[in-house]
Amino acid sequence: MMTSIPLDYYLILSAFLFVTGIIGVITRRNAIIIFMSIELMLNAVNLSMVAFSAFFGDIAGQMFVFFIMAVAAAEAAVGLAIVLALFRRKKSVYVDEVNIMKW
Amino acid sequence: MNFDILGSLPLIVIWLALGVVGIIIQAFVRSDSTRLVYGYYIGTLVTTGLLAAATISNQGTAFGGMVTLGGWAAVFDLLFCGAGVMAMLAAQAYLGRFNSELDEFYTMLVSSVAGMMLMAHARNLVVLFVGIELMSISFYIMAGFFRSRDKSLESAMKYFLLGAFATGFLVYGMALLYGATGTLDYSVMLKVIAAGTARFPVLLALGAVLLTIGLSFKIAAFPFHQWAPDVYEGAPTVVTAFMSTAGKAAAFSAFLAVFGVIMPMVKVASMTPTLQLVLAVISAATMLIGNITAVAQTNVKRMLAYSSVAHAGYMLMGIVAGTTFGQSAVVYYAFAYTFMQLGAFIIVGLLEREDETSLMISDYSGLYRKHGVFAAMMAVFMFSLAGIPPFAGFFGKYMLFYAAIESGFTWLTIVAVASSVISVWFYLGLIVKMYFSEPNPETHEANAGLAGISLAVCTVAVILLGIMPRIITGMLGN
Repeated sequence: MMTSIPLDYYLILSAFLFVTGIIGVITRRNAIIIFMSIELMLNAVNLSMVAFSAFFGDIAGQMFVFFIMAVAAAEAAVGLAIVLALFRRKKSVYVDEVNIMKW
Repeated sequence: MNFDILGSLPLIVIWLALGVVGIIIQAFVRSDSTRLVYGYYIGTLVTTGLLAAATISNQGTAFGGMVTLGGWAAVFDLLFCGAGVMAMLAAQAYLGRFNSELDEFYTMLVSSVAGMMLMAHARNLVVLFVGIELMSISFYIMAGFFRSRDKSLESAMKYFLLGAFATGFLVYGMALLYGATGTLDYSVMLKVIAAGTARFPVLLALGAVLLTIGLSFKIAAFPFHQWAPDVYEGAPTVVTAFMSTAGKAAAFSAFLAVFGVIMPMVKVASMTPTLQLVLAVISAATMLIGNITAVAQTNVKRMLAYSSVAHAGYMLMGIVAGTTFGQSAVVYYAFAYTFMQLGAFIIVGLLEREDETSLMISDYSGLYRKHGVFAAMMAVFMFSLAGIPPFAGFFGKYMLFYAAIESGFTWLTIVAVASSVISVWFYLGLIVKMYFSEPNPETHEANAGLAGISLAVCTVAVILLGIMPRIITGMLGN
Protein backbone atom coordinates (compact mmCIF):
# COMPACT_ATOMS: atom_id res chain seq x y z
CA MET A 1 0.00 0.00 0.00
CA MET A 2 1.37 3.36 -0.91
CA THR A 3 1.99 5.94 1.76
CA SER A 4 -0.98 8.22 2.11
CA ILE A 5 -1.41 11.71 3.47
CA PRO A 6 -2.32 11.56 7.19
CA LEU A 7 -5.89 12.36 8.22
CA ASP A 8 -4.77 15.38 10.26
CA TYR A 9 -3.65 17.27 7.16
CA TYR A 10 -7.11 17.00 5.63
CA LEU A 11 -8.79 18.08 8.84
CA ILE A 12 -6.51 21.09 9.27
CA LEU A 13 -7.09 22.19 5.67
CA SER A 14 -10.82 21.70 6.13
CA ALA A 15 -10.87 23.72 9.35
CA PHE A 16 -8.85 26.45 7.62
CA LEU A 17 -11.31 26.62 4.72
CA PHE A 18 -14.26 26.66 7.12
CA VAL A 19 -12.82 29.54 9.16
CA THR A 20 -12.01 31.44 5.95
CA GLY A 21 -15.65 31.05 5.00
CA ILE A 22 -16.84 32.34 8.38
CA ILE A 23 -14.55 35.37 8.14
CA GLY A 24 -15.87 36.04 4.64
CA VAL A 25 -19.48 35.93 5.81
CA ILE A 26 -18.78 38.25 8.73
CA THR A 27 -16.62 40.85 6.98
CA ARG A 28 -18.04 41.14 3.44
CA ARG A 29 -21.17 43.16 2.67
CA ASN A 30 -21.87 41.96 -0.87
CA ALA A 31 -24.61 39.33 -0.79
CA ILE A 32 -23.04 37.31 -3.59
CA ILE A 33 -19.65 37.19 -1.87
CA ILE A 34 -21.31 36.24 1.43
CA PHE A 35 -23.02 33.43 -0.42
CA MET A 36 -19.73 32.30 -1.97
CA SER A 37 -18.19 32.21 1.50
CA ILE A 38 -21.04 30.00 2.68
CA GLU A 39 -20.38 27.64 -0.22
CA LEU A 40 -16.75 27.54 0.87
CA MET A 41 -17.86 26.46 4.33
CA LEU A 42 -19.95 23.66 2.84
CA ASN A 43 -17.01 22.51 0.72
CA ALA A 44 -14.80 22.45 3.80
CA VAL A 45 -17.36 20.10 5.31
CA ASN A 46 -17.29 17.95 2.18
CA LEU A 47 -13.51 17.65 2.48
CA SER A 48 -13.63 16.41 6.07
CA MET A 49 -16.50 14.04 5.23
CA VAL A 50 -14.50 12.45 2.43
CA ALA A 51 -11.33 12.31 4.53
CA PHE A 52 -13.13 10.56 7.39
CA SER A 53 -14.86 8.27 4.95
CA ALA A 54 -11.56 7.16 3.43
CA PHE A 55 -9.99 6.87 6.88
CA PHE A 56 -12.72 4.55 8.15
CA GLY A 57 -13.17 2.71 4.86
CA ASP A 58 -16.87 3.50 5.30
CA ILE A 59 -18.94 4.67 2.33
CA ALA A 60 -21.56 6.63 4.34
CA GLY A 61 -19.47 9.80 4.52
CA GLN A 62 -18.98 9.97 0.76
CA MET A 63 -22.67 9.41 0.25
CA PHE A 64 -23.41 12.34 2.59
CA VAL A 65 -21.20 14.54 0.40
CA PHE A 66 -23.50 13.97 -2.57
CA PHE A 67 -26.45 15.09 -0.49
CA ILE A 68 -24.58 18.22 0.61
CA MET A 69 -23.73 19.04 -3.01
CA ALA A 70 -27.31 18.58 -4.16
CA VAL A 71 -28.66 20.70 -1.31
CA ALA A 72 -26.04 23.39 -1.94
CA ALA A 73 -27.17 23.53 -5.58
CA ALA A 74 -30.80 23.91 -4.52
CA GLU A 75 -29.80 26.60 -2.06
CA ALA A 76 -27.84 28.43 -4.75
CA ALA A 77 -30.86 28.40 -7.08
CA VAL A 78 -33.15 29.88 -4.44
CA GLY A 79 -30.53 32.24 -3.03
CA LEU A 80 -29.56 33.75 -6.37
CA ALA A 81 -33.25 34.16 -7.22
CA ILE A 82 -33.73 36.13 -4.00
CA VAL A 83 -30.65 38.27 -4.72
CA LEU A 84 -31.94 38.91 -8.26
CA ALA A 85 -35.40 39.93 -7.04
CA LEU A 86 -33.73 42.26 -4.56
CA PHE A 87 -31.47 43.74 -7.23
CA ARG A 88 -34.46 44.49 -9.44
CA ARG A 89 -36.02 46.64 -6.74
CA LYS A 90 -33.00 48.16 -5.05
CA LYS A 91 -30.36 48.17 -7.80
CA SER A 92 -27.94 46.94 -5.16
CA VAL A 93 -26.71 43.67 -3.69
CA TYR A 94 -25.10 45.15 -0.60
CA VAL A 95 -26.70 43.83 2.54
CA ASP A 96 -26.31 47.02 4.57
CA GLU A 97 -28.48 48.85 2.04
CA VAL A 98 -31.25 46.32 2.68
CA ASN A 99 -32.25 47.52 6.08
CA ILE A 100 -35.77 48.86 6.51
CA MET A 101 -36.25 46.78 9.63
CA LYS A 102 -33.68 47.31 12.34
CA TRP A 103 -31.40 44.35 12.94
CA MET B 1 -34.91 -6.93 6.96
CA ASN B 2 -38.54 -6.24 7.60
CA PHE B 3 -40.15 -3.25 6.01
CA ASP B 4 -43.11 -1.73 7.81
CA ILE B 5 -45.26 -0.55 4.91
CA LEU B 6 -48.19 0.56 7.06
CA GLY B 7 -46.07 2.63 9.43
CA SER B 8 -44.22 4.38 6.62
CA LEU B 9 -47.43 5.31 4.79
CA PRO B 10 -47.51 8.95 6.02
CA LEU B 11 -44.03 9.54 4.61
CA ILE B 12 -44.70 7.67 1.38
CA VAL B 13 -48.03 9.38 0.77
CA ILE B 14 -46.74 12.92 1.21
CA TRP B 15 -43.72 12.21 -0.98
CA LEU B 16 -45.73 10.69 -3.81
CA ALA B 17 -48.37 13.41 -3.55
CA LEU B 18 -45.77 16.17 -3.61
CA GLY B 19 -43.04 14.82 -5.85
CA VAL B 20 -45.01 12.84 -8.42
CA VAL B 21 -48.74 13.55 -8.57
CA GLY B 22 -48.49 17.22 -7.59
CA ILE B 23 -45.94 17.97 -10.28
CA ILE B 24 -47.94 16.11 -12.93
CA ILE B 25 -51.09 18.01 -12.00
CA GLN B 26 -49.36 21.38 -12.19
CA ALA B 27 -47.59 20.51 -15.44
CA PHE B 28 -50.46 19.07 -17.42
CA VAL B 29 -53.74 20.32 -16.04
CA ARG B 30 -54.47 23.71 -17.54
CA SER B 31 -56.38 25.84 -15.13
CA ASP B 32 -56.61 29.57 -14.55
CA SER B 33 -57.66 29.24 -10.95
CA THR B 34 -55.63 27.87 -8.09
CA ARG B 35 -58.60 25.94 -6.72
CA LEU B 36 -57.52 22.54 -8.02
CA VAL B 37 -54.02 22.68 -6.55
CA TYR B 38 -55.36 24.22 -3.36
CA GLY B 39 -57.91 21.48 -2.81
CA TYR B 40 -55.44 18.79 -3.82
CA TYR B 41 -52.83 19.88 -1.29
CA ILE B 42 -55.32 20.33 1.51
CA GLY B 43 -56.47 16.79 0.77
CA THR B 44 -52.86 15.60 0.83
CA LEU B 45 -52.21 17.15 4.23
CA VAL B 46 -55.45 15.83 5.69
CA THR B 47 -54.76 12.30 4.38
CA THR B 48 -51.20 12.36 5.69
CA GLY B 49 -52.34 13.65 9.06
CA LEU B 50 -54.98 10.92 9.37
CA LEU B 51 -52.46 8.24 8.38
CA ALA B 52 -50.02 9.59 10.96
CA ALA B 53 -52.73 9.48 13.63
CA ALA B 54 -53.50 5.89 12.67
CA THR B 55 -49.86 4.79 12.89
CA ILE B 56 -48.96 6.28 16.28
CA SER B 57 -48.95 2.89 17.97
CA ASN B 58 -47.10 1.30 15.04
CA GLN B 59 -43.55 1.80 16.29
CA GLY B 60 -40.52 0.57 14.41
CA THR B 61 -37.96 1.58 11.82
CA ALA B 62 -37.97 1.47 8.03
CA PHE B 63 -35.78 2.19 5.00
CA GLY B 64 -32.83 0.33 6.46
CA GLY B 65 -33.02 2.05 9.85
CA MET B 66 -32.96 5.52 8.28
CA VAL B 67 -36.30 6.59 9.76
CA THR B 68 -38.28 5.77 12.84
CA LEU B 69 -42.01 5.13 12.61
CA GLY B 70 -44.90 5.82 14.93
CA GLY B 71 -44.48 7.17 18.44
CA TRP B 72 -43.49 10.82 18.94
CA ALA B 73 -42.60 11.15 15.27
CA ALA B 74 -46.17 10.36 14.25
CA VAL B 75 -47.54 12.70 16.92
CA PHE B 76 -45.36 15.45 15.47
CA ASP B 77 -46.58 14.58 11.94
CA LEU B 78 -50.08 15.20 13.14
CA LEU B 79 -49.02 18.63 14.43
CA PHE B 80 -47.24 19.60 11.19
CA CYS B 81 -50.13 18.50 8.96
CA GLY B 82 -52.68 20.18 11.22
CA ALA B 83 -50.73 23.45 11.28
CA GLY B 84 -50.27 23.16 7.49
CA VAL B 85 -54.00 22.80 6.88
CA MET B 86 -54.81 25.70 9.20
CA ALA B 87 -52.22 27.93 7.52
CA MET B 88 -53.53 27.00 4.07
CA LEU B 89 -57.12 27.79 5.05
CA ALA B 90 -56.00 31.23 6.19
CA ALA B 91 -53.63 31.72 3.24
CA GLN B 92 -56.06 31.69 0.33
CA ALA B 93 -57.97 34.85 1.22
CA TYR B 94 -54.86 36.57 2.59
CA LEU B 95 -52.78 36.01 -0.54
CA GLY B 96 -55.80 36.92 -2.67
CA ARG B 97 -56.02 40.32 -0.98
CA PHE B 98 -52.37 40.95 -1.86
CA ASN B 99 -52.83 39.69 -5.46
CA SER B 100 -50.21 37.01 -4.87
CA GLU B 101 -52.23 33.83 -4.84
CA LEU B 102 -50.21 31.31 -6.85
CA ASP B 103 -50.11 27.51 -6.97
CA GLU B 104 -46.47 27.56 -5.97
CA PHE B 105 -47.26 28.85 -2.51
CA TYR B 106 -49.23 25.74 -1.64
CA THR B 107 -46.56 23.50 -3.16
CA MET B 108 -43.89 25.15 -1.04
CA LEU B 109 -46.02 24.87 2.07
CA VAL B 110 -46.54 21.14 1.57
CA SER B 111 -42.87 20.62 0.73
CA SER B 112 -41.90 22.32 3.97
CA VAL B 113 -44.29 19.98 5.80
CA ALA B 114 -42.58 17.03 4.09
CA GLY B 115 -39.22 18.36 5.32
CA MET B 116 -40.52 18.71 8.86
CA MET B 117 -41.84 15.15 8.82
CA LEU B 118 -38.41 13.90 7.74
CA MET B 119 -36.83 15.83 10.62
CA ALA B 120 -39.15 14.23 13.14
CA HIS B 121 -38.70 10.75 11.65
CA ALA B 122 -34.93 10.96 11.11
CA ARG B 123 -32.73 8.31 12.73
CA ASN B 124 -29.72 9.14 10.61
CA LEU B 125 -27.87 12.44 10.20
CA VAL B 126 -28.30 12.36 6.40
CA VAL B 127 -32.10 12.21 6.72
CA LEU B 128 -32.03 14.97 9.33
CA PHE B 129 -29.93 17.17 7.05
CA VAL B 130 -32.18 16.63 4.02
CA GLY B 131 -35.27 17.30 6.15
CA ILE B 132 -33.90 20.52 7.65
CA GLU B 133 -32.83 21.82 4.25
CA LEU B 134 -36.09 20.91 2.55
CA MET B 135 -37.97 22.83 5.22
CA SER B 136 -35.58 25.80 5.26
CA ILE B 137 -35.38 26.25 1.49
CA SER B 138 -39.17 26.15 1.24
CA PHE B 139 -39.31 28.79 3.99
CA TYR B 140 -36.82 31.08 2.18
CA ILE B 141 -39.11 31.07 -0.84
CA MET B 142 -42.26 31.57 1.21
CA ALA B 143 -40.73 34.44 3.22
CA GLY B 144 -39.99 36.28 -0.02
CA PHE B 145 -43.27 35.39 -1.63
CA PHE B 146 -44.41 39.02 -1.97
CA ARG B 147 -41.54 39.64 -4.30
CA SER B 148 -42.53 43.19 -5.16
CA ARG B 149 -42.51 44.30 -1.53
CA ASP B 150 -39.33 45.53 0.07
CA LYS B 151 -40.01 44.11 3.51
CA SER B 152 -40.80 40.63 2.27
CA LEU B 153 -37.67 40.56 0.10
CA GLU B 154 -35.52 41.85 2.91
CA SER B 155 -36.87 39.17 5.19
CA ALA B 156 -36.17 36.45 2.60
CA MET B 157 -32.66 37.76 2.07
CA LYS B 158 -31.80 37.86 5.76
CA TYR B 159 -33.37 34.47 6.37
CA PHE B 160 -31.55 32.93 3.45
CA LEU B 161 -28.07 34.27 4.25
CA LEU B 162 -28.25 33.54 7.97
CA GLY B 163 -30.00 30.20 7.40
CA ALA B 164 -27.38 29.02 4.94
CA PHE B 165 -24.65 30.22 7.32
CA ALA B 166 -26.20 28.16 10.13
CA THR B 167 -26.45 25.17 7.80
CA GLY B 168 -22.68 25.35 7.44
CA PHE B 169 -22.25 24.99 11.22
CA LEU B 170 -24.85 22.26 11.42
CA VAL B 171 -23.30 20.13 8.73
CA TYR B 172 -19.74 20.68 9.99
CA GLY B 173 -20.94 19.45 13.35
CA MET B 174 -22.37 16.38 11.64
CA ALA B 175 -19.06 15.76 9.86
CA LEU B 176 -17.12 15.94 13.12
CA LEU B 177 -19.57 13.64 14.88
CA TYR B 178 -19.16 11.22 11.99
CA GLY B 179 -15.42 11.49 12.34
CA ALA B 180 -15.54 10.84 16.07
CA THR B 181 -17.92 7.90 15.99
CA GLY B 182 -17.54 6.49 12.47
CA THR B 183 -21.29 6.35 11.91
CA LEU B 184 -24.22 8.54 10.90
CA ASP B 185 -26.85 6.35 12.52
CA TYR B 186 -28.33 7.67 15.78
CA SER B 187 -28.55 4.36 17.59
CA VAL B 188 -25.03 3.21 16.69
CA MET B 189 -23.69 6.66 17.56
CA LEU B 190 -25.46 6.54 20.92
CA LYS B 191 -23.81 3.18 21.68
CA VAL B 192 -20.36 4.48 20.75
CA ILE B 193 -20.75 7.66 22.81
CA ALA B 194 -22.27 5.92 25.85
CA ALA B 195 -19.52 3.29 25.82
CA GLY B 196 -16.89 6.04 25.67
CA THR B 197 -15.19 4.46 22.65
CA ALA B 198 -15.34 7.55 20.42
CA ARG B 199 -12.07 7.87 18.57
CA PHE B 200 -11.38 11.59 18.81
CA PRO B 201 -12.94 13.02 22.00
CA VAL B 202 -12.07 16.59 20.97
CA LEU B 203 -13.89 16.22 17.66
CA LEU B 204 -16.86 14.71 19.47
CA ALA B 205 -17.17 17.71 21.79
CA LEU B 206 -16.62 20.21 18.97
CA GLY B 207 -19.11 18.40 16.74
CA ALA B 208 -21.75 18.42 19.47
CA VAL B 209 -21.23 22.16 20.00
CA LEU B 210 -21.47 22.97 16.28
CA LEU B 211 -24.58 20.82 15.87
CA THR B 212 -26.13 22.61 18.85
CA ILE B 213 -25.33 25.99 17.27
CA GLY B 214 -26.94 24.92 13.99
CA LEU B 215 -30.10 23.67 15.67
CA SER B 216 -30.24 26.70 18.01
CA PHE B 217 -30.41 28.87 14.94
CA LYS B 218 -33.41 26.93 13.64
CA ILE B 219 -35.31 27.38 16.92
CA ALA B 220 -34.11 31.01 17.21
CA ALA B 221 -32.41 30.58 20.58
CA PHE B 222 -30.06 33.18 22.06
CA PRO B 223 -27.49 34.22 20.75
CA PHE B 224 -28.77 33.08 17.34
CA HIS B 225 -32.19 34.73 17.57
CA GLN B 226 -31.34 38.01 15.81
CA TRP B 227 -32.85 36.92 12.51
CA ALA B 228 -36.24 35.93 13.93
CA PRO B 229 -37.84 39.36 14.56
CA ASP B 230 -36.82 40.74 11.17
CA VAL B 231 -37.81 37.64 9.23
CA TYR B 232 -41.10 37.20 11.07
CA GLU B 233 -41.97 40.89 10.70
CA GLY B 234 -41.17 41.11 7.00
CA ALA B 235 -42.59 37.81 5.78
CA PRO B 236 -46.25 37.57 4.69
CA THR B 237 -48.27 37.10 7.88
CA VAL B 238 -49.60 33.63 7.04
CA VAL B 239 -46.03 32.51 6.34
CA THR B 240 -44.89 33.92 9.67
CA ALA B 241 -47.79 32.13 11.33
CA PHE B 242 -46.72 28.84 9.82
CA MET B 243 -42.96 29.04 10.12
CA SER B 244 -42.89 30.41 13.65
CA THR B 245 -45.03 27.51 14.87
CA ALA B 246 -44.66 24.34 12.82
CA GLY B 247 -41.09 25.22 11.83
CA LYS B 248 -40.11 25.66 15.45
CA ALA B 249 -41.89 22.46 16.50
CA ALA B 250 -39.99 20.60 13.76
CA ALA B 251 -36.66 21.95 14.98
CA PHE B 252 -37.57 20.80 18.48
CA SER B 253 -38.48 17.33 17.23
CA ALA B 254 -34.95 17.12 15.78
CA PHE B 255 -33.47 18.60 18.97
CA LEU B 256 -35.16 15.91 21.08
CA ALA B 257 -33.79 13.06 18.99
CA VAL B 258 -30.30 14.48 18.57
CA PHE B 259 -29.90 15.31 22.25
CA GLY B 260 -31.01 11.83 23.20
CA VAL B 261 -27.91 10.73 21.30
CA ILE B 262 -25.26 13.23 22.32
CA MET B 263 -26.32 13.87 25.93
CA PRO B 264 -24.66 10.69 27.33
CA MET B 265 -21.37 12.29 26.30
CA VAL B 266 -21.68 14.57 29.32
CA LYS B 267 -21.14 11.65 31.69
CA VAL B 268 -18.35 10.05 29.69
CA ALA B 269 -16.19 12.98 28.72
CA SER B 270 -16.68 14.72 32.10
CA MET B 271 -16.71 18.04 30.34
CA THR B 272 -16.91 21.18 32.46
CA PRO B 273 -18.98 23.15 31.79
CA THR B 274 -21.17 20.36 30.57
CA LEU B 275 -23.43 20.50 27.56
CA GLN B 276 -26.47 20.39 29.81
CA LEU B 277 -25.40 23.48 31.73
CA VAL B 278 -24.61 25.37 28.51
CA LEU B 279 -28.05 24.51 27.22
CA ALA B 280 -29.64 25.68 30.48
CA VAL B 281 -27.87 29.04 30.19
CA ILE B 282 -28.99 29.36 26.54
CA SER B 283 -32.54 28.58 27.63
CA ALA B 284 -32.51 31.19 30.42
CA ALA B 285 -30.96 33.87 28.19
CA THR B 286 -33.40 33.14 25.36
CA MET B 287 -36.52 33.63 27.43
CA LEU B 288 -35.21 36.73 29.20
CA ILE B 289 -34.07 38.43 25.98
CA GLY B 290 -37.25 37.48 24.12
CA ASN B 291 -39.63 38.75 26.79
CA ILE B 292 -37.70 41.89 27.75
CA THR B 293 -37.35 43.00 24.12
CA ALA B 294 -41.00 42.21 23.40
CA VAL B 295 -42.06 44.74 26.06
CA ALA B 296 -40.54 47.57 24.02
CA GLN B 297 -42.24 46.70 20.71
CA THR B 298 -44.98 48.77 19.10
CA ASN B 299 -45.62 46.48 16.12
CA VAL B 300 -47.82 43.50 16.96
CA LYS B 301 -46.08 41.21 14.48
CA ARG B 302 -42.68 42.06 15.90
CA MET B 303 -43.94 41.68 19.45
CA LEU B 304 -45.24 38.19 18.65
CA ALA B 305 -41.92 37.41 16.95
CA TYR B 306 -40.02 38.21 20.15
CA SER B 307 -42.57 36.25 22.12
CA SER B 308 -41.84 33.26 19.87
CA VAL B 309 -38.15 33.62 20.73
CA ALA B 310 -39.07 33.54 24.41
CA HIS B 311 -41.20 30.43 23.94
CA ALA B 312 -38.27 28.62 22.34
CA GLY B 313 -36.47 29.31 25.62
CA TYR B 314 -39.27 27.71 27.62
CA MET B 315 -39.30 24.63 25.41
CA LEU B 316 -35.53 24.24 25.79
CA MET B 317 -36.13 23.63 29.50
CA GLY B 318 -37.65 20.25 28.68
CA ILE B 319 -34.57 19.33 26.67
CA VAL B 320 -32.26 20.51 29.44
CA ALA B 321 -34.14 18.21 31.82
CA GLY B 322 -33.47 15.33 29.43
CA THR B 323 -36.00 13.04 31.12
CA THR B 324 -38.92 11.22 29.51
CA PHE B 325 -41.23 13.61 31.33
CA GLY B 326 -39.27 16.54 29.94
CA GLN B 327 -39.71 15.11 26.46
CA SER B 328 -43.47 14.80 26.77
CA ALA B 329 -43.53 18.33 28.19
CA VAL B 330 -41.77 19.60 25.05
CA VAL B 331 -44.20 17.76 22.78
CA TYR B 332 -47.18 19.05 24.72
CA TYR B 333 -45.86 22.60 24.68
CA ALA B 334 -45.16 22.36 20.95
CA PHE B 335 -48.86 21.62 20.40
CA ALA B 336 -50.08 24.32 22.81
CA TYR B 337 -47.69 26.89 21.39
CA THR B 338 -48.60 26.07 17.79
CA PHE B 339 -52.30 26.60 18.38
CA MET B 340 -51.99 29.86 20.32
CA GLN B 341 -49.31 31.48 18.18
CA LEU B 342 -50.86 30.38 14.88
CA GLY B 343 -54.24 31.72 15.98
CA ALA B 344 -52.75 35.06 17.07
CA PHE B 345 -50.88 35.50 13.79
CA ILE B 346 -53.96 34.60 11.72
CA ILE B 347 -55.92 37.37 13.45
CA VAL B 348 -53.05 39.79 12.81
CA GLY B 349 -53.17 38.74 9.15
CA LEU B 350 -56.92 39.31 8.94
CA LEU B 351 -56.68 42.82 10.39
CA GLU B 352 -53.64 43.74 8.30
CA ARG B 353 -54.30 46.05 5.35
CA GLU B 354 -53.02 45.70 1.84
CA ASP B 355 -50.59 48.59 2.33
CA GLU B 356 -49.01 46.80 5.31
CA THR B 357 -50.53 49.14 7.88
CA SER B 358 -52.82 48.35 10.79
CA LEU B 359 -50.07 46.31 12.43
CA MET B 360 -49.37 48.62 15.35
CA ILE B 361 -50.56 47.90 18.86
CA SER B 362 -52.36 51.25 18.79
CA ASP B 363 -54.40 50.03 15.82
CA TYR B 364 -55.92 47.40 18.11
CA SER B 365 -57.45 49.88 20.52
CA GLY B 366 -61.13 49.28 21.12
CA LEU B 367 -61.09 46.30 18.78
CA TYR B 368 -63.86 44.55 20.66
CA ARG B 369 -66.49 47.06 19.49
CA LYS B 370 -65.97 46.39 15.81
CA HIS B 371 -64.62 42.84 15.85
CA GLY B 372 -65.94 41.34 19.07
CA VAL B 373 -65.17 37.74 18.09
CA PHE B 374 -61.63 38.47 16.94
CA ALA B 375 -60.92 40.42 20.09
CA ALA B 376 -62.24 37.59 22.26
CA MET B 377 -60.17 34.98 20.40
CA MET B 378 -57.08 37.18 20.55
CA ALA B 379 -57.64 37.55 24.29
CA VAL B 380 -57.77 33.76 24.67
CA PHE B 381 -54.50 33.38 22.75
CA MET B 382 -52.82 36.14 24.75
CA PHE B 383 -53.93 34.67 28.08
CA SER B 384 -52.63 31.30 26.96
CA LEU B 385 -49.30 32.72 25.74
CA ALA B 386 -48.91 34.48 29.07
CA GLY B 387 -49.51 31.15 30.82
CA ILE B 388 -52.70 31.98 32.67
CA PRO B 389 -54.94 29.04 33.64
CA PRO B 390 -57.07 27.30 32.46
CA PHE B 391 -55.55 27.64 28.97
CA ALA B 392 -53.08 25.26 27.30
CA GLY B 393 -50.11 27.58 27.77
CA PHE B 394 -50.45 27.36 31.54
CA PHE B 395 -50.37 23.60 31.68
CA GLY B 396 -47.48 23.41 29.20
CA LYS B 397 -45.39 25.76 31.31
CA TYR B 398 -46.31 23.85 34.45
CA MET B 399 -45.02 20.61 32.88
CA LEU B 400 -41.80 22.23 31.66
CA PHE B 401 -41.11 23.90 35.01
CA TYR B 402 -41.78 20.66 36.83
CA ALA B 403 -39.43 18.74 34.53
CA ALA B 404 -36.67 21.29 35.13
CA ILE B 405 -37.06 21.21 38.92
CA GLU B 406 -37.13 17.42 38.89
CA SER B 407 -33.71 17.26 37.27
CA GLY B 408 -32.19 19.81 39.64
CA PHE B 409 -32.43 23.02 37.62
CA THR B 410 -34.34 25.06 40.19
CA TRP B 411 -32.51 28.29 39.25
CA LEU B 412 -33.66 27.85 35.63
CA THR B 413 -37.26 27.55 36.79
CA ILE B 414 -36.92 30.73 38.86
CA VAL B 415 -35.63 32.58 35.78
CA ALA B 416 -38.51 31.13 33.74
CA VAL B 417 -41.11 32.26 36.27
CA ALA B 418 -39.56 35.74 36.38
CA SER B 419 -39.59 36.04 32.59
CA SER B 420 -43.20 34.79 32.49
CA VAL B 421 -44.12 37.61 34.82
CA ILE B 422 -42.42 40.08 32.46
CA SER B 423 -44.33 38.59 29.53
CA VAL B 424 -47.69 39.16 31.26
CA TRP B 425 -46.99 42.88 30.84
CA PHE B 426 -47.15 42.96 27.05
CA TYR B 427 -49.65 40.15 26.51
CA LEU B 428 -52.15 41.72 28.88
CA GLY B 429 -51.20 45.14 27.52
CA LEU B 430 -52.67 44.12 24.17
CA ILE B 431 -55.85 42.84 25.85
CA VAL B 432 -56.21 46.09 27.81
CA LYS B 433 -55.74 47.99 24.54
CA MET B 434 -58.44 45.93 22.82
CA TYR B 435 -61.01 46.19 25.62
CA PHE B 436 -60.36 49.36 27.63
CA SER B 437 -59.36 51.97 25.03
CA GLU B 438 -61.35 54.24 22.79
CA PRO B 439 -62.05 52.52 19.45
CA ASN B 440 -59.78 53.37 16.58
CA PRO B 441 -62.02 55.04 13.94
CA GLU B 442 -59.87 53.65 11.15
CA THR B 443 -60.41 49.98 11.97
CA HIS B 444 -61.59 48.48 8.71
CA GLU B 445 -63.86 45.60 7.87
CA ALA B 446 -62.30 42.17 8.02
CA ASN B 447 -63.91 38.98 6.83
CA ALA B 448 -62.77 35.75 8.39
CA GLY B 449 -63.92 33.42 5.59
CA LEU B 450 -62.06 30.09 5.62
CA ALA B 451 -59.58 31.45 8.15
CA GLY B 452 -62.50 31.37 10.60
CA ILE B 453 -62.26 27.57 10.62
CA SER B 454 -58.59 27.74 11.59
CA LEU B 455 -59.33 30.30 14.28
CA ALA B 456 -62.17 28.23 15.71
CA VAL B 457 -59.94 25.14 15.79
CA CYS B 458 -57.12 27.06 17.48
CA THR B 459 -59.41 28.58 20.11
CA VAL B 460 -61.12 25.30 20.92
CA ALA B 461 -57.78 23.48 21.02
CA VAL B 462 -56.19 26.04 23.35
CA ILE B 463 -59.08 25.71 25.79
CA LEU B 464 -59.50 21.94 25.43
CA LEU B 465 -55.79 21.15 25.80
CA GLY B 466 -55.71 23.29 28.93
CA ILE B 467 -58.62 21.45 30.51
CA MET B 468 -57.70 17.97 29.31
CA PRO B 469 -53.90 17.83 28.82
CA ARG B 470 -54.04 14.06 28.56
CA ILE B 471 -55.24 14.39 24.95
CA ILE B 472 -51.59 14.86 23.96
CA THR B 473 -49.72 13.11 26.73
CA GLY B 474 -52.02 10.10 26.49
CA MET B 475 -51.47 9.63 22.76
CA LEU B 476 -48.75 7.11 23.46
CA GLY B 477 -50.78 5.41 26.13
CA ASN B 478 -48.57 6.29 29.08
